Amino acid sequence: MSQVVAKSPNGLPGVPGGLLNNFAQWVADVGARTMEWVIGLGSISLFLGRTLRWMVTKRPRRETIIWNFYQIGVLSLPVVALTGTFVGMVLAVQSYAQFKMLNLETRLGAVINMSLVRELGPVLAATMLAGRVGSAMAAELGTMRVTEQIDALSVMGADPIHYLVVPRFLACLFLIPALTLMADFMGVVGGYYYSVYLLNIDAYYYLQNSANYVGWFDLAAGTFKTLFFGAAIAIVGCHHGFHCDPGAEGVGRAATYAFVHAFVMILLLDLILGIGLDALYNVLFPQGPRLV
Amino acid sequence: MIAQQEMPNQGDSQPTADRMLVEVEHLAVAFGRQVVLREINIRIRRGETVAILGESGCGKTVLLKTLVALQRPTKGRVLFDGQDLFRLRSYELAKQRIRMGFVFQQAALFDSMTIGENIAFPLRQHTSLSEEEIQTVVRDRLLEVGLPENVLRKKPGEISGGMRKRVGLARALALEPELMLYDEPTTGLDPIMSDVINELILRTRREHPVTSVIVTHDMRTATKVADRIIMLYPLARLEPGESQILYDGPASEIESAPDDRVIQFVRGEARERLMELSRDELPNQLGVGEAAHG
Repeated sequence: MSQVVAKSPNGLPGVPGGLLNNFAQWVADVGARTMEWVIGLGSISLFLGRTLRWMVTKRPRRETIIWNFYQIGVLSLPVVALTGTFVGMVLAVQSYAQFKMLNLETRLGAVINMSLVRELGPVLAATMLAGRVGSAMAAELGTMRVTEQIDALSVMGADPIHYLVVPRFLACLFLIPALTLMADFMGVVGGYYYSVYLLNIDAYYYLQNSANYVGWFDLAAGTFKTLFFGAAIAIVGCHHGFHCDPGAEGVGRAATYAFVHAFVMILLLDLILGIGLDALYNVLFPQGPRLV
Repeated sequence: MIAQQEMPNQGDSQPTADRMLVEVEHLAVAFGRQVVLREINIRIRRGETVAILGESGCGKTVLLKTLVALQRPTKGRVLFDGQDLFRLRSYELAKQRIRMGFVFQQAALFDSMTIGENIAFPLRQHTSLSEEEIQTVVRDRLLEVGLPENVLRKKPGEISGGMRKRVGLARALALEPELMLYDEPTTGLDPIMSDVINELILRTRREHPVTSVIVTHDMRTATKVADRIIMLYPLARLEPGESQILYDGPASEIESAPDDRVIQFVRGEARERLMELSRDELPNQLGVGEAAHG
């Protein structure tokens, strides 16, 4: 934070000097924070631009692609599947009582599956991955920065963005949607199992209602959003790693901020894309089925 | 070794072979408001081995990093073989960097790779050698730095600090660079391993037509391996307008340098610096500081 001190020894006539100084200090702090925020935004935008440029100008090495796809995709499968399953079951638990009161419990399938494929599957899967993948990227690249491994790449004529960021970006871009589909599937299975076997809802009507209300557009819209979530997780994680402060504290801070900022980005993108996709749905299917 | 101490000082119009390999002109580097380097001018001939000496915090490593364009100067320029490194496009800079080898203070080996993969990295990046040829070069470089073949499959975390530095040297030599830059090559090593590293630097110079710049605060390394020593002084301790380079001359003559601060560093005498430890308790110890040699 800026340590700018307003120099106003006398202040305005009738206004205590301390109050004026405090106000000037507050304005200076707000200004400094705004500057920091704008500089951060500019830095991450340039970082994204360089990543996209390298992505289209030179193909990354096969072994770096495979290693990153394995680390980000395959190793994230269990945690994503677990998240999806429990989200499906919890949705059934929470919604059952209200629907039962209205004698609409067979509509539970529609609510659970719609919530899953449109919102909860993508957002919760992305949140889990921001924690597992985004923080790990920031910590790994941050350690490489602190131990001069990123400098070593540069002096050996290899661009660190091309070598380190592009494979991670591609892995997140392609595999986070795939992992989200996995989370959706496991959530649908979890919700179905809990509703049909534990809450004794009729399986036929459960599935029939799901099919009536949840369409391909919903699945596609939910999955489409995760392309942006994946890109945000990769860029935020790598950017924090590349701009990590020295020492263990710096690496820890980079990992924490990578998650927090990626999470905020996910929520922000979800809102913006949600509004856009809803408008698109209304244009494409003006007479389409609605839950409310 | 190419003896080029006698080479005349020539301009940019001369053929590449006769030109200075590195020229630092009016260089200044600042981090925010903190100026670390000011008005640095250095010219390094092909084949020369230059040691940059100075106490901690005087900007030696920052200077070394500007030579390879890892650190952007706030003023001035760095010419490598006549080309301003900070005016090159990224692919042109990458091409020039292939002509340089950098040995980092902590080796900076990629810890996700084995030792063999580390040494092979620049070869895989910049050559079209077959895997068999790459392995031959890797083994040659490893033997050159005196390491056994069985370390090839180990990860950097499984070998000692001295071995890591030698692997760093082997990796830097992989593409047979024209300019070798060493950042504190003997720091943190025991005296015997330090001497091994010094011998390796000398051997590298004998076996490859290479120009070397060594940043160190180890007098033994500087006097043993360098033809020429440049001594930097921290800006905070200088008078305004005073040159940051206190000594620039033959390694053999540094002990008879006219500036007393150079002699103080060479002999490792704390003198008035003891006052900074505790102004109340240690004033009487001034002049006692015939401390250990650095």
